[in-house]
Parts: sequence; C-alpha cells; structure tokens
Amino acid sequence: MNNHITNILIQIGLLVFMPPLLPGVINKTKAAFAGRKGPPLLQPYFDIYKLLRKGMVISTTTTWIFQAAPVVTLAATFLAGMLIPFGAFSSPIHFSGDLILFVYLFGLARFFTTSAALDTGSSFEGMGAAREVTFACVSEAAVLLGLLVLVRLSDTFSLTPMLLAPLSHPLEAPVLLAAAGLFIVLLAENSRIPVDDPNTHLELTMIHEVMVLDHSGPLLGIIQYASAMKLLIFETVVLHLVAPFHAGLPVVDWPVFIIEIIGMSGVVGAVESMMARLQMRHIPTLLAAASLLCGFGFVLMVR
Amino acid sequence: MEMPLTLAACTLILISGLPGLFASRRAAWGQITATALVLSGSLIGLASSFAVLATGRVCITSLPGIWPGWPLHLRMDGLSAFFAVLIFLMAAVGSVYGHGYWRQREHPTTGRKLRLLYGVMLTAMVVVTLANDAFAFLLAWEIMALTSYFLIATEDHKPECRQAAWVYFVATHIGTLALFAMFALLHEASGTFLLSPIPARTCAGLKTAIFLLALLGFGLKAGIMPLHFWLPGAHANAPSHISALLSGVLLKVGIYGLLRVLTLMPDPPAVWGVIILLLGGLSAFLGVAFALGQHDIKRLLAYHSIENIGIIFMGLGLALIGVAAHRPVWVVLGIAGCLLHVWNHGLFKSLLFLSAGSVVHSTGTRDIDSLGGLAGRMPWSAGLFMMGSVAICGLPPLNGFISELLVYVGLLTPVTQNARGWSSIALGAVVLAVVGALAVACFVKVFGAVFLGTSRTALTQHARECPWSMKIPMLILALWCAVIGVAPMLAVLPLGNAASVWIGHSTGAQRLHGVIPWGILTAVNVCFAAVLLVAFAAVRLRRRAIRSPRRATWACGYVRPTSRMQYTAVSFAQMLVTLLALVLRPLRHGAVGGAVFPPPTEVESHVPDFITDHIAFRCWRKFKEWMVPVRMTHKGNIQQYLLYFLLILIALMCSLVPLWSLVNWVMGR
Repeated sequence: MNNHITNILIQIGLLVFMPPLLPGVINKTKAAFAGRKGPPLLQPYFDIYKLLRKGMVISTTTTWIFQAAPVVTLAATFLAGMLIPFGAFSSPIHFSGDLILFVYLFGLARFFTTSAALDTGSSFEGMGAAREVTFACVSEAAVLLGLLVLVRLSDTFSLTPMLLAPLSHPLEAPVLLAAAGLFIVLLAENSRIPVDDPNTHLELTMIHEVMVLDHSGPLLGIIQYASAMKLLIFETVVLHLVAPFHAGLPVVDWPVFIIEIIGMSGVVGAVESMMARLQMRHIPTLLAAASLLCGFGFVLMVR
Repeated sequence: MEMPLTLAACTLILISGLPGLFASRRAAWGQITATALVLSGSLIGLASSFAVLATGRVCITSLPGIWPGWPLHLRMDGLSAFFAVLIFLMAAVGSVYGHGYWRQREHPTTGRKLRLLYGVMLTAMVVVTLANDAFAFLLAWEIMALTSYFLIATEDHKPECRQAAWVYFVATHIGTLALFAMFALLHEASGTFLLSPIPARTCAGLKTAIFLLALLGFGLKAGIMPLHFWLPGAHANAPSHISALLSGVLLKVGIYGLLRVLTLMPDPPAVWGVIILLLGGLSAFLGVAFALGQHDIKRLLAYHSIENIGIIFMGLGLALIGVAAHRPVWVVLGIAGCLLHVWNHGLFKSLLFLSAGSVVHSTGTRDIDSLGGLAGRMPWSAGLFMMGSVAICGLPPLNGFISELLVYVGLLTPVTQNARGWSSIALGAVVLAVVGALAVACFVKVFGAVFLGTSRTALTQHARECPWSMKIPMLILALWCAVIGVAPMLAVLPLGNAASVWIGHSTGAQRLHGVIPWGILTAVNVCFAAVLLVAFAAVRLRRRAIRSPRRATWACGYVRPTSRMQYTAVSFAQMLVTLLALVLRPLRHGAVGGAVFPPPTEVESHVPDFITDHIAFRCWRKFKEWMVPVRMTHKGNIQQYLLYFLLILIALMCSLVPLWSLVNWVMGR
C-alpha cells in the first residue's frame, strides 16, 4: 500500500516536472544531427519560467474564452496524464471505460484551443484551427483502432491493464502495428515534423503554433507547458507498446522509465532531423495510413 | 395516484391556450395565463412521472372514449414516465421562453394560435407515451402530427415555411399509414388492439413485417438517415422554441414508439439489431457530415439531431443484438446508453436551439457568416451556447459524455468477450470516435463564427442580450446538463426502471450498477474539481490580464486588421467538406482568378442534401405523375366531398348487412 502511494507520488512528480525536458532533448538531438551545439538541455524550463513572469498583451477582439483556453487545456491534459500508467505501475486514476475519457479529454482541449484561435478574429489562427480539427478527425480513428487492439489483448476497458498487456505478449505483430500507427498520431498530435513544423516562422504553413500566435506571457507559458505534457503522455503510451519489459523493482524501473522516455524523445528528434515537412494536402493520407496500420493490427487480433 | 395526477397535468396543458383566445390581440394576459397553466401542469406532471420512475410502479386506467364501447386504455410504466419527464420539462421551458421570444405584442396574429396548438401538441405527446391500445395511440399520434404541422407553419406568409411544413405533412402521413398497417398486423398476431406482447409462436414473416413497418413509421418521425428529408427544413423554419420542442421531444416520441413496439416482440432476431445499428452508424456519420456544410445555424443544429438520433439507434441496435445473442451485458449497456442519450439530447439540443434562437431574435438572421463577435454583446447566450456545444460533442464533464461512454463501452464489449463473429460491432466505436471529432469541428465552427472574433455585418451592431424570460429556461437546461454530467449516479434509478422491460424488473438498477463503471462518477468529479481549481488559479491570471495592455490582433505587422480578414465559417469547414466530397457533393458557382488584375467576382458554395433533393423530391414528382387520374376526383368542390362522405357511409352500412349469409344462401340453392 505504502509502495503504491509512493509510486503514485513519483508519477505525479514526473508528470508535473518532466515535460519541459522532452522538447529540450528533441532540440539537442536536432542540433546534433545538424552539427550544431544547440540550446541547453534545460532551455524549455527557463523559457516557461520567463514567460510566466512576463506581462502579456491581449487582443481587443478577444473574450474570456481566449484566456480560459490554455487553462482548460492544461487541466484536461493533466487529468489525461493521471489515467495512464507510467512504467510498470498502475495509474493514479483507473476505472473501466477510462480509455474513452482519455480520448475525450484531448477533445475538450481541442475544443477550447481552436475556439480561442477563432476568438482573435485573425485569418491565420482560423486557418490553424481549421487544420487542427480536420486532422483530428482522421487521427481519432487511428487512436481508437489502436486502443481496440489493446482492449482485445487485455479484455478490459481500462488503460492500466490495457497498456500493461503487452508485457505478456511482448513485441507481437498486432502490438507493433498499433505502435507504428500511434507513433504517427504522436507526431501529428504534438505538431512535430513531418506534419507540422514547430520552428517555422511562416504562419501559412503551421498548425499548432499558428493557433497560439496571439497568446503571450503566462498564457503562452501554460500552452507550451501543456503541449510538452501531452508529448510526455503520448510517448508513454507508445513506449508501453514497443518496450514492454520491466524488472519488477521500483528502484530499477523508475530510472529505466525516465531513460526510455528520453530515448523516445531522441527518436522523435531523429525523425525530425531526417524528414522534411509534408505538404498540407498529404497529411490526411499519412494519418489514414496510421489508421490502416492500427486497423490491420485489430484484424490480426480477431482473425 | 400517479395516473390521475398525470391526466390532470395533461388537462391543464391542453386548455392552456384557451383563455387567451378570448383576449384581445394586443393584451398580454392571455400569454401569462397560458404560461401559468403550462407551468403548473408541467410541475404536476414532472412530480407524477418522477414518482413512477422512482418506484417502477405500473399504473393502468381506461378513459371512456369519444365513441361508446371503445374506452381509451392508458398505461404508465417506467418507459412512459421516462419520456414523459422530458416532455413535461420541455413544455415548461419552452412556454417560459416563448414569453420573451414570441411576445403577443410583437406577434398579434400568430401568438394565440401558437399557444393553443402548443398545449394540444404537448398533451398529445404525453398521451402517445401513455397509450395502451392502438386507437388511443393513433389518435394521439395523429393529433400530435397535425398540431406540429401547424406549429411549423406558424409563419405561413413565408413560402419556405409553407414548403417545409408541407414536406413534413407528407412525411408524417406516410409514417402514420405505415403505423396503421403495423397495428393491423399486431392485431393479427395478438388478437387484441391492446399493446400486449404477441405470442412467441407468431410466424417469422409476420414479425418481420411488423418490425419493418414500425421502423418506417417511427423512423420517419425520429428522422433516421434515409427518412430524414423533412427534418432540416422543418426545424429551421419553425420558431426557435418550437424547433427545440421538435428536436428535443418530437423526434424522441418516434424513438419511444419503436422501443414500445420492440418490447412487444418475443425473441427478436439478431438481424433487426444489425439493421438498426447500421442505420444508426450511417445516420450519425452523414448527419454530422452534412451539418459541417450548412450556412444556416438552425439547419446545422437540425442535422446534428440526425447525428444524435443515429447514436441513440446505435445503442438500441446493440441492445437488440444482445437480446438475440443472449448477452445481458450488451443489452444493459446498449439500452442504458440509448435511453440516457434520449434525455441528454433532449436537454442539450433544446439548450442549443434556444440560445441560437436568442441570436436570431436579436439579429434577425440565421446565416452564420453574417454574424460574429456576439460574445461581447450577448455573454449569457454565448456561454450557454458554448455549454450546449461541449455537451453535444460528448466532452467531459457534461452529460453528453456519460451517455456516449455507455454506448462506447457497449460497442467495445463484444471484442473482449470473445464473441465469435460479433467483434465487428466494435467498429461502431471507431465510427463514433470519428463522429465525435467531426462534431467538435462543427461546433467550433459555429460557436467561433457566431460568437467569437469580430462582427462581420451591421446586423450584429444592435444585438442585445435576451431578457430573463429567455435566459432562465436556458439556465435550467444547462443546470440539468451539468447535474447529469457530474453526478451520473442520479440517473441510475430512473434508467433502471425505464429499461426494466429489457433488463429485468426490480433488479434493473442493480444490474446497471454491476455492469457499468459508475466509478466514472468519481473520475468526472475529479476532472470537474480539477478544472474548477485551475480556474481559481486563472482568476489570479485574469487579474493580471485585466491590467495588461490591449492591442489589435497580430496580423503579421499589419496594424489595422478588419473583420473581412477573419476566417469565415465556410473556410473553416472547407478542408473537411473537401475530404468528405464523395458523400457531401458540394456545389460551387462562380470562379476566382483568371486575369492578372481579376475583376470583382462572386463565388457561392453550398452542400445540398442529396437524399432530399434527388431521391425524395424525385419520388414525389413521379408519384404526382402517377396520381393524375386520382386527382380527377379531387376538385376542391365541397358538394362533391359531401357526396363522397355519403357514399362511404352507405358502404359502411352495407357492410352491416349479413351479405355472407346471402351469398351462402344463394350458393346453398
């Protein structure tokens, strides 16, 4: 029991403090590929801290939605993080049917983020919001098909047993297919290359960054923090599928989990360094491919 | 005790419009009396229906009918009471809303008619849920259909209003004809006109015929996908509180009928469930897809009704498959999701129609792209519309999430139970996920375009917040949405008693507790608490925001952005409409570009409903051609019609003559 509480506290601690590390790792990887030195590993922490202390400028056309959106997004993302198990340990909140809550919490976040984008009355932000909701329709199918594989594998509707099920079926074909599909969704949902370019300065080509053009100061800090947290959550999900090995000792498993997550961020960084951004009209095709991968996984399971 | 109370409530609502008929055209007291009568009737009705829902008691009575020897049999059980609660609640809410929306002073010619028919229609709907024999059912059904026809045609000076009402009239009568045939066959099977279960040995062909006729008759009323052609026009053209009633309640009466008839059928075959599940999936997907292409806010909401009826059908289909495959868990989840979504859709769709109505009322337009930036001028309507949008998208922590969760888990269950051959049901969950994402896209579009950003035309310049008489009904609906969302536990008992026919009497609520993860309750509570807590922190943020400087929106250095630079609702949905072009077939008139300095040009795009435009109207035209000979008998001459009556009367009297004995006598010779 005591152990259980300790593990929950460690998970909450990681969920709160680890997220900004991941973009740092990605940037460092990309710098290494480009032969640069790159920003310090902890730069995202400094950025968010700085943003939280800054003042902000708010557009005259906006309403309370604009200010509420980052906050709601953060709350929804945090709750979603509480639903998935980190490492080999049971998640703080779990019940039968929580996979639907997990998917819909990101829907809630999307509703508010895109509404806030439309609140500014800017054509660029409207464009980004339109892209975000469009691509989400395709990636939602992939997520659900991927989760179906796990439902079948574990015979439950709760994320904890579902994500720990690959432990007893390590690296089976359906799981790997689902992992590939969910990895594509990870790249799309977290606005990484080849779907979105977080570093570009051309508003016309962006999705996520262009939706938050008008947010500044603490609001922007919260948005960056929440999106880093989302990256951590998605990486954890994929990690359960591709690396289902645990020692069974908390002392070993927690450090291993942290190392694995850092490695996963490195992989995302490597993908970004080696690929170019896709044309906007090809993105639905990529996401449809993700759905197909997960769908094939499901077909293999039910045969 | 509950039955007399319900009937008293019905009587109060039925006569609510009468006193107003004696008021002068400009006097307000007629409207006040009507509202008072409807309110008192609804409160009594709510109390009695909740009493039935809480106890699961069955009350039976019979009223002396209009014609001697044929009493009207009434029966009130959990299922009836479940739908009656929704009807009574909407009656009260719509009546109060009508006070601000359809003021007698502003509508001297239509106000009295509208209130009279409003009371009659609501009473007829309650009686449909109570009816226990075919006559009472069809009588109430027909009165409901006729009064709703006149309510849709309230503004009959507008041609599009007359057209919509006429299409509805035709649709509802096709449905009623199917129901006449269905009740005749039911009588054939059970030997009585009472709604009693038909014997198990009834031949399969007869049962299938009854099922298909019920699906046609009730499906037309519920607006399931291929039979939805009357729905968008009717919902868009009726006054908003009537639209809320049509969408929130009238469609549900169709669902009620289907549920009631299905409870009479012994061991339904699995294929019925599959048909209903497929129709539901199709309806959910196409409903939301067509909604994306709409420019008219009320038409858009109407298409979302089709989507939600689809979700309700998916739950029902799963329950039927569960009955056939002897899987009680599927039945419990499916029927609970179906019924709870009936309540939920009634609540949030009415909320959306009413808040959209307050926009229409203050700006005078339904065109989404003529509006914009209304959140500043109408903060209450904006907040309430947003709440309705979150609920209808099935997002936590509001009520839509709970019922969609039940349907989701129900659809996923066949995967885990290793049910051979049924795993494909789980694909329904994938359809539901895509539908959910499309719904978010659609509601962000309409909420953003109407309430956020800057105003697009002068129409919004003089917009004012609606009066309290319109705000309070919306607040009540929003409160119900929040309560069911945060404390779904409260819905278990009513659900258990409403579904008792399906999941076993007396044990219904326990079964629900056992099968469904009501632990969700805690989680959603936690979610809500988390949002509230962080919102508390946001208050501090807000204090900083108030002090922070205000500047124009960033437009890449351009300092004077105008509202014409803002993204429109059409552009917002354009990517999705293009992706779905195969099913939506969007039309585009005019072209852009060409010369180096292009001249001013006009482009127009819209998404026509191919089922309405191509199939339904084409059938209608063909039918009219065939019926030319029959039209000869209809000259609009009243003497002629009196002659017809006389002929029919003589024919009926002839049927009383023992002709058969005559024939026998002749044959005997």
